[in-house]
Amino acid sequence: MALDSKIPQGPLADQWTNHKNKINLVNPANKRLIDVIVVGTGLAGGSAAATLAELGYNVKAFCFQDSPRRAHSIAAQGGINAAKNYQGDGDSTYRLFYDTVKGGDYRSRESNVYRLAEVSTNIIDQCVAQGVPFARDYGGLLDNRSFGGVLVSRTFYAKGQTGQQLLLGAYSAMNRQIGRGKIKMYNRHEMLDVVIVDGKARGIITRNLITGEIERHSAHAVVLGTGGYGNVFYLSTNAMGSNVTAAWKAHKRGAYFANPCYTQIHPTCIPVSGDHQSKLTLMSESLRNDGRIWVPKKKEDAIAIREGRLKPTDLSEEDRDYYLERRYPAFGNLVPRDVASRAAKERCDAGFGVNKTGEAVYLDFASAIERYGKEQAYIHHEDANNPAVVKRLGQEVVKNKYGNLFQMYEKIVDQNPYETPMMIYPAVHYTMGGIWVDYNLQTTVPGLYAIGEANFSDHGANRLGASALMQGLADGYFVLPYTIGDYLSDDIRTGPISTDSPEFEEAEKNVKSQIETLINNNGSKPVDHFHKRLGKIMWNKCGMSRNATDLQSAIDEISALRTEFYAEVRVPGTASEFNEELAKAMRVADFLELGELFAKDALTRNESCGGHFREESVELDGPQKGEAKRDDKNFTFVSAWEYKGEPKDAVLHKEALTYENIELKQRSYK
Amino acid sequence: MSGLLKSSIGRKVAMALSGLFLVVFLTQHFVINLLSVFSEETHNTVSHFMGTNPFVQFGLQPVLIFGVFFHFIMGIKLELQNRKSRPVAYASYKGSANASWMSRNMIYTGLVILAFLGLHFYDFFIPELIHKYAENHTAEVGDSTRYYAETIHKFEQPWRVGIYVISFVLLMLHLLHGFQSSFQSIGFNNKYSKALKGFTRAWAILIPLGFIFIAIYHHFNQIPH
Amino acid sequence: MKLTLKIWRQKNAQDKGKMVQYPIDGIDGDMSFLEMLDVLNNQLIEQGDEPVAFDHDCREGICGMCSLFINGEAHGPDRLVTTCQLHMRKFKDGDTIVIEPFRANAFPVVKDLVVDRSAFDRVQHAGGFISINTSGNTQDANAIPIEKVDADAAFDAATCIGCGACVATCKNSSAMLFVSAKVSQFALLPQGQVEATDRVLNMVNQMDEEGFGNCTNTGACEVECPKGISLENIARMNREFMSASLKG
Repeated sequence: MALDSKIPQGPLADQWTNHKNKINLVNPANKRLIDVIVVGTGLAGGSAAATLAELGYNVKAFCFQDSPRRAHSIAAQGGINAAKNYQGDGDSTYRLFYDTVKGGDYRSRESNVYRLAEVSTNIIDQCVAQGVPFARDYGGLLDNRSFGGVLVSRTFYAKGQTGQQLLLGAYSAMNRQIGRGKIKMYNRHEMLDVVIVDGKARGIITRNLITGEIERHSAHAVVLGTGGYGNVFYLSTNAMGSNVTAAWKAHKRGAYFANPCYTQIHPTCIPVSGDHQSKLTLMSESLRNDGRIWVPKKKEDAIAIREGRLKPTDLSEEDRDYYLERRYPAFGNLVPRDVASRAAKERCDAGFGVNKTGEAVYLDFASAIERYGKEQAYIHHEDANNPAVVKRLGQEVVKNKYGNLFQMYEKIVDQNPYETPMMIYPAVHYTMGGIWVDYNLQTTVPGLYAIGEANFSDHGANRLGASALMQGLADGYFVLPYTIGDYLSDDIRTGPISTDSPEFEEAEKNVKSQIETLINNNGSKPVDHFHKRLGKIMWNKCGMSRNATDLQSAIDEISALRTEFYAEVRVPGTASEFNEELAKAMRVADFLELGELFAKDALTRNESCGGHFREESVELDGPQKGEAKRDDKNFTFVSAWEYKGEPKDAVLHKEALTYENIELKQRSYK
Repeated sequence: MSGLLKSSIGRKVAMALSGLFLVVFLTQHFVINLLSVFSEETHNTVSHFMGTNPFVQFGLQPVLIFGVFFHFIMGIKLELQNRKSRPVAYASYKGSANASWMSRNMIYTGLVILAFLGLHFYDFFIPELIHKYAENHTAEVGDSTRYYAETIHKFEQPWRVGIYVISFVLLMLHLLHGFQSSFQSIGFNNKYSKALKGFTRAWAILIPLGFIFIAIYHHFNQIPH
Repeated sequence: MKLTLKIWRQKNAQDKGKMVQYPIDGIDGDMSFLEMLDVLNNQLIEQGDEPVAFDHDCREGICGMCSLFINGEAHGPDRLVTTCQLHMRKFKDGDTIVIEPFRANAFPVVKDLVVDRSAFDRVQHAGGFISINTSGNTQDANAIPIEKVDADAAFDAATCIGCGACVATCKNSSAMLFVSAKVSQFALLPQGQVEATDRVLNMVNQMDEEGFGNCTNTGACEVECPKGISLENIARMNREFMSASLKG
């Protein structure tokens, strides 16, 4: 099947408006006759469910958590971008579009990104109208911060809990519709298959996580807002329950999976403390505005620090290696996320890492405290030469800016970051890849849609800070509810979809047999055992820096691990009860397939772009020697994989990317 | 407005208002009692006024009795409801970690005060009723100088003073939480709350101490029979 | 660290349930409380026993999914943290730790330490929203300036994560702190005024129907709340409710 991205004709700036004007609509009376299933209740799924219900469709919404409010969008800290230009600093739709495409290293679809930038302003209006308490200045107007090294202040925020506030906004919109009976909410339900009838997505199979009951749900269209798959790495900043299952089942039923290897690894996370670690905690990258990143210059100092014989504060300036400032004098500590992450890994791999695991670098606020302290001392006419005064004043400033992050760090690590440098290490944070969708957000299966992090469309090979929330809400509030109408307009005479068809029968049987295989498997090892091993393979061979040999061996190892999983996993309990281990086993089984496709995709893309760094594709000389080198000639396309049995047998379909409004440039941060 | 007392917040506000009313009553009771320490005559005059004035007797007194009963009945009702809201108790519950003893034991301090009120009615109120109505002393002909002597004679026996003291200590504990809590219940929580909290705390300690002082004072200053 | 865990085990909602004792060894102070339970569960699975069911998801203190009543306190002995942020360094070698589910009539036990908190959702369905359709044509976000103090206070109320610690810790199982946080968020914002009367009446009514107890102002909820939601919100809701009742 050839990929048709269905990009509307005409100039970029008019495409969305023209498209909306031309697509078919469903009249309000007919919307009552149409059911839509929305899986996932994060920013994308929640906002889509609410909006579809407002329009009049009968919505069934599903989440695996005990309440829609707990979806992992809630954990986003920093903010949400919108081209409002409230600060009058020259921002515009075009600039947000440009920054997003450039940030994505020219691997995203121009039309989708332009639409995203266009609707970004509506999001802020909508959220404020819902009562989302964004930060305001003393004049009572909305405040903005600058984020991720862009040149304008366009990020709206609610302290360090922007994701939470936006999600609660979407949740409140859902609540209104649940109260009116327009959304039927299914909490603690996990989607385990998509049902395709006559080539169209017509329903899903779910497992009630409390009773274990397998249920059939039908609808005229199915929307997946099921998030990313970062947990394929076992350790990530994702929630424990975040999984690829819904997306993967869709893939197995015919939805192409695009760019699975595009992963964002965030540089400022709290390092792993030991084998018991179950997840990683992110700290906003705004910390890099004031913190200086370093490791010891001498290996023996690094070893002494790891063994607890030496304190970082004892090391003199000349014994420290501020490696980002050394390597990237122009951007220093503010290089993009992927560059900062790789540089940290490079130093730790070379043996200069700190922390008892050797996998951490320092993020030091001492010079910021001194700089701010001196400034404050002059302002308040105190003694700027008295180190105690300077330290006190400086710490106050840092506390005002980052107090909640410092407190969080201290709770987890049990060290006071005002006195000793923080330790940080990169962690898997976001997956730009996902289910392939066209301009209408429809997958390659008619009637099956994917929105938010679950799709691949807007961030290319790397995502800008504060753009994930924007995309989730853009898709859910302002894009999908329009585009899905075009598809559903054909369904006004279809009537209710029966769940008694052979297709539902087959899908249910398929799910039940998988459950039975796992539950009756008399293995000896818990699910976590396999998940951890998968994570190690992914992290070591498909992590921040990738090469052909490692990727090939990752494919083989994951395939072997999958076989071992089915032979040796132990799932206690029964299928007809609350069984967390069973739920986990089902998810890990899918990660074990996705991981293989991930490695295959990374192997195929023999270029370095965005978050995907291939050791074979670097600048060989000149000032950029050793830095990532994109190969536009051979790789300006989206990799969309078609399922063919084993993940390694997946068939590649290429969607060529064309840039008519932006000139492609190599990144440089030197 | 209708059904207000069916809602949890309505009941809570009613508890607060009846409690505040009882606080006012307690204040005036204290003032009159305190007079007995300074002047037998004034005490008698004021007591006689309170016991015979028709507005006090037939206006305020029924309101007071209603207030007392309402506060107790509602308090017990809410307590029973609260107990039902956690049918399986915790094996380990560290109430002291996050709330004061007073706030957690209002029902017990309240029940002791209720028992004391029984004694108090038996000691003062019922004899008053008998004096006034059963023995047919009308207000006009009643002995307007008997109050002082009757009052202080009640404090002759040490056990009675003991009960009195214990009851007022418990009242103090009840008020330490109840008085300030009433303001939270009626929605008073602003920049004056801290000052108000200080005032209610002082009041909750001083007034019961004052009652105790009066009892002990009279115990040691009995007039000969 | 070597510890003795006393954990509530209950097969399902109908089962009576009981406390079961588990010894555990090799616990590191850097582990979170939930990671300690992961260790226990993997041991149980390897021994062929059933693992302990408990709710958890984000493990960074924001989703509100984790619960647990630990040694008599909601989310354990530490302050301003959820159970997932509680670290084992708060305990000593040889300690006995009693772990129970959040208990309230309105939070029935699903299994072991997992409870059903959907009562909170139903309270929100009754009025936890501003009735605004998605149109893309709402007025500009800066059209209504909001005083910074009000915006900040609304934000503080809105940071509630809906974990239920307030109910679990309250001796009366009252949900006033949770409900008042939501009522307050909207009461403090101009956008929330239009529906203020119905909102507070409906939400309080639903709260009462769910079988939560009555507030007696002990203040335990505020102390145990992992997000430090203030009692001021309860006072505000009392005011809102009284004035709404008098109007309605």
